Amino acid sequence: MIPAAFEYYRPKDMAGVLSLLEEHGDDARVMAGGHSLIPMMKLRMADVPHLIDLQDVDGLSGVEIDNEAIRIGAMVTQADIIDHPELAKVAPILREAALQIADPQVRYMGTVGGNVANGDPGNDMPGLMQCLDASFRVIGLDGEREIPARDFYEAAYMTAREDEEVLTAVSIPLPAGGYAYEKQKRKIGDYATAAAAVQIVKDGGTCASASIAMTNLSDTPIYSEAAGAALVGTTVDEAALAAAVAAMLGDIDPTEDNRGPVAFKNHVAGIILRRAIERAWSRA
Amino acid sequence: MKDDITRDERVENLKGMGCSRKRVEDARFTQGKGNYVDDIKLDGMLFGDFVRSPYAHARITNIDAAAALEVPGVIAVLTAADLEPLGLHWMPTLAGDKQMVLADGKVLFQGQEVAFVVAEDRYAAADGIEAVEVEYEELPVVVDPFAALQSDVVLREDLVAEDGSLPDGAHGPRKHHNHIFTWEAGDKEPTEQVIDTAEVVAEETMYYHRTHPCPLETCGSVASMDKVNGKLTLWGTFQAPHAIRTIVSLISGIEEHNIRVISPDIGGGFGNKVGAYPGYVCSVVASIVTGKPVKWIEDRMDNLMTTAFARDYHMTGKISATRDGKITGLHCHVTADHGGFDACADPTKFPAGFMNICTGSYDIPTAYLAVDGVYTNKAPGGVSYRCSFRVTEAVYFIERMIEVLAIKLNMDAAELRRINFIKKEQFPYTAALGWEYDSGDYHTAWDKALDTVDYKGLRAEQAQRVEDFKAGKTRKLMGIGLSFFTEIVGAGPVKNCDILGLGMFDSCEIRIHPTGSAIARLGTISQGQGHATTFAQILASEIGLPADSITIEEGDTDTAPYGLGTYGSRSTPVAGAATAMAGRKIRAKAQMIAAYLLEVHDNDVEFDVDRFVVKGAPERFKTMKEIAFASYNQAIPGVEPGLEAVSYYDPPNMTYPFGAYICVMDIDVDTGVPEIRRFYALDDCGTRINPMIIEGQVHGGLTEALAVALGQEIAYDDMGNCKTGTLMDFFLPTAWEVPNYETDYTVTPSPHHPIGAKGVGESPHVGGVPCFSNAVQDAFRAFGNTHTNMPHDHWRIWKTASDLGLHG
Ligand SMILES: Cc1cc2nc3c(=O)[nH]c(=O)nc-3n(C[C@H](O)[C@H](O)[C@H](O)COP(=O)(O)OP(=O)(O)OC[C@H]3O[C@@H](n4cnc5c(N)ncnc54)[C@H](O)[C@@H]3O)c2cc1C
Repeated sequence: MIPAAFEYYRPKDMAGVLSLLEEHGDDARVMAGGHSLIPMMKLRMADVPHLIDLQDVDGLSGVEIDNEAIRIGAMVTQADIIDHPELAKVAPILREAALQIADPQVRYMGTVGGNVANGDPGNDMPGLMQCLDASFRVIGLDGEREIPARDFYEAAYMTAREDEEVLTAVSIPLPAGGYAYEKQKRKIGDYATAAAAVQIVKDGGTCASASIAMTNLSDTPIYSEAAGAALVGTTVDEAALAAAVAAMLGDIDPTEDNRGPVAFKNHVAGIILRRAIERAWSRA
Repeated sequence: MKDDITRDERVENLKGMGCSRKRVEDARFTQGKGNYVDDIKLDGMLFGDFVRSPYAHARITNIDAAAALEVPGVIAVLTAADLEPLGLHWMPTLAGDKQMVLADGKVLFQGQEVAFVVAEDRYAAADGIEAVEVEYEELPVVVDPFAALQSDVVLREDLVAEDGSLPDGAHGPRKHHNHIFTWEAGDKEPTEQVIDTAEVVAEETMYYHRTHPCPLETCGSVASMDKVNGKLTLWGTFQAPHAIRTIVSLISGIEEHNIRVISPDIGGGFGNKVGAYPGYVCSVVASIVTGKPVKWIEDRMDNLMTTAFARDYHMTGKISATRDGKITGLHCHVTADHGGFDACADPTKFPAGFMNICTGSYDIPTAYLAVDGVYTNKAPGGVSYRCSFRVTEAVYFIERMIEVLAIKLNMDAAELRRINFIKKEQFPYTAALGWEYDSGDYHTAWDKALDTVDYKGLRAEQAQRVEDFKAGKTRKLMGIGLSFFTEIVGAGPVKNCDILGLGMFDSCEIRIHPTGSAIARLGTISQGQGHATTFAQILASEIGLPADSITIEEGDTDTAPYGLGTYGSRSTPVAGAATAMAGRKIRAKAQMIAAYLLEVHDNDVEFDVDRFVVKGAPERFKTMKEIAFASYNQAIPGVEPGLEAVSYYDPPNMTYPFGAYICVMDIDVDTGVPEIRRFYALDDCGTRINPMIIEGQVHGGLTEALAVALGQEIAYDDMGNCKTGTLMDFFLPTAWEVPNYETDYTVTPSPHHPIGAKGVGESPHVGGVPCFSNAVQDAFRAFGNTHTNMPHDHWRIWKTASDLGLHG
């Protein structure tokens, strides 16, 4: 469990990061909390001859909230999310989800940016961000651009971010209505057997809008537009729940692993989504 | 002379047996001041690590180390070809088989040691490993022991004669080239006859999956060969340092007095550190070759994938009874998967350990057991994991068979146990498979347990839950897990217990210092059990000096008396007895000294807490402290100066701790998630030396049992790839997953042990696994479940529910 030798850099600003990325190309990678990257390097599944630590780069660890959106710097840790009272008020689903990621030790190091940039289907924040219709700001030598979370994930570890771009922030439109992040895992510190992020707006007795995304049930997070649509206009009764679950099952594509076979995962995905919708609806 | 303190205060000051003395070890452990193998750093020390096989079964056609030797810092690469001239490319296992130290032409399991790269530090070694080029030719892989016994694929060519015949193995004739041994206990025909003609017979097949002890500290060693004086010093994670010294001497030819083996602090063993590993041998050879100290330390994956696993027992049982539930016979067959080499650590005459304790706590008149050991392409091991020699398997087997029989009889499983328990007045009791149980009072323990948890109330609640479930009011079922276990520990009597010919006695040597403090050295070695605390308490009570004034030292073969080490809950039953016996020798001499000082006859003084007093004149006494000093400064006729003693204790019998465990669990039928609502554990380990340490041992053992029952496994795919090589997939519970345990006790001393103690370290694991498993299975009993295999992780519980049609 010892990584291959690598050069370590700790630039003070983004210009320094970008020039290193340009210089070393494929051989360089940025590191945030290191809690996905370092294990991969130790297993020698990731070969990173030039490792660029983002810890000293200014301007990446703020949380800003205005009337329309939340902006979370890429280096904000999962623990910061949990401990941020303002954030817990305006977007309580972030805290509920963060509390279900890994364990406290990992959360003190692991960042929001690293979690969404990593591209591992097991990560919880990508699905969460798709549910919230967040977008990711990336910067490269050619300038900055904004990529919607729902367009970001292409396959396991393949994202719309170019290798020489750095993710700087996540922007989330202020969420409305009831929320729930429901996750089944085998033990603390485990990735999801199945997880669901749900945000629902209630108008009178019916569902005005619903957004649903699933985690670790395909090689990317799954934003299930159809599942959300199945709830809109209903009273979120049994029939609507069944329809949402059926729609979601049409979108996911789980594979067998140590957590269990496909039939089990599909079944649990349905149960978890149901519970998430019920809890979100009760809070709407 | 008068005392200023009362007798009670004198007792208290000793901190002897029965008090919850704080662990003396914890000051250093909680401050990060422990000294583990990896903390050992010597001048010029090198680091060695293995190239391991990615394949489960392959021939090795070539190993090219040239590129590795170019890696900066790499000093040497050892292969079997280098070890062969020394006769060290294979080594004996503790089970009478032999094992490759480095792959000799082929590999038999994934992760097998192929070459040993020695480098200036572990980073260079890791790079060197990457650079070694090994050419493999894949062979067909056999991971299923039943298939292995049918297969044409020969795993161990070394065990087939040139004419194709099969020479006997260490345990007798072999039936097939992948067969290791057949071991039988009990009477076959009478048992079959009883079962064939019984009123009721229940049958079940169960698989006790492969798992791993996973100690926090992995295995490792540091070897330092001093070529000037010819002495080898070997530090390592050894649960039996003396046995390791003898083995090293036998296989290396270095005389035993020139080998010093040291077990420093050990971070958990649980059986994983009993055996001898290729890393130990390679560090020694590398030190001899390079003339420098060489360290080898496993990483977590190495430890999980290659060092001693536990279980992997496929068990088939038949149990017969009268219609009213009196058990008449038990039949058990085991197909035991031992992996590529037979590297169990059982006593020589017991290749399946003490599996023949499988009649459990019940008065079963007729029984028969047969075990077939089999080679497969999996890692070797088969140690028991916090359990003496397959007792966990035996207890799981009988405690499942009882449940299955209860279902067949449509009877309450607690009641079925009660009517079949061995009765108090039957002890000492000779079981159908041969063991003589020393003492027990099962009915008292069982009734206490059932009353404490309100067993009747729980069953009523459960019945209501089933109704509610059927009515669609809940999706959670309730399981009540019962387990009553009898352990067999303290191996063991030299007449029938040895490892590699070494009798399983143990030892203690005591020296009292002039000012009344002492050091005692034992042949055992603590891995976290708190020996330095408890053994001092035994001595305090025996010799009347405060436990705080007694140092306990273990693990250095140059200073400690010979012993067989610590595993199988044997330390207290065997070394604890030696400690008491050595203490009594001290006391006997002290009595003579006291009598001399008090100017009375030897028989006119008697021992009282911390002193000898003149009978009938309690004001005339000599404290042990005074006696200690006198032993060094008085010329006493007929008595040698000094106050020392040594005792080697050969136990007359094993000890038989027992206990009653009850678990209440709620199970989410839709997700397969179990939730432990309550866990009650009553242990009877005979005389209780330190109640706090007992409780700690019980908590630890139960947590391991929970892990094993609910998810922990070493799993392989069809290609022999280990699927659970990291802690992400290998379940190691944290405080988060662990329920609150309620502990309780009864005390039934061992009649043959000097202080009546029986050992407790393994009981909670042995009794806990069937208790958790029974709780899961019991939840589904009302819906027709009889048995499902562990581990009961979410998907398997879900599958049980699904197979029973509970998902609609
Ligand atoms: C035991 C354990 C359990 C875990 N359990 C969970 C869990 O349940 N759920 C979960 O979601 N996660 C889990 N994780 C992962 C954890 O949350 C990681 O911290 C997270 O996935 C990555 O964040 P990081 O800051 O550590 O990123 P790093 O490990 O530093 O980086 C991860 C990847 O993202 C890239 N990257 C990082 N930051 C940027 C950036 N700003 N711009 C561009 N690329 C970037 C890196 O180059 C790397 O490829 C677990 C980790 C461990 C060790």
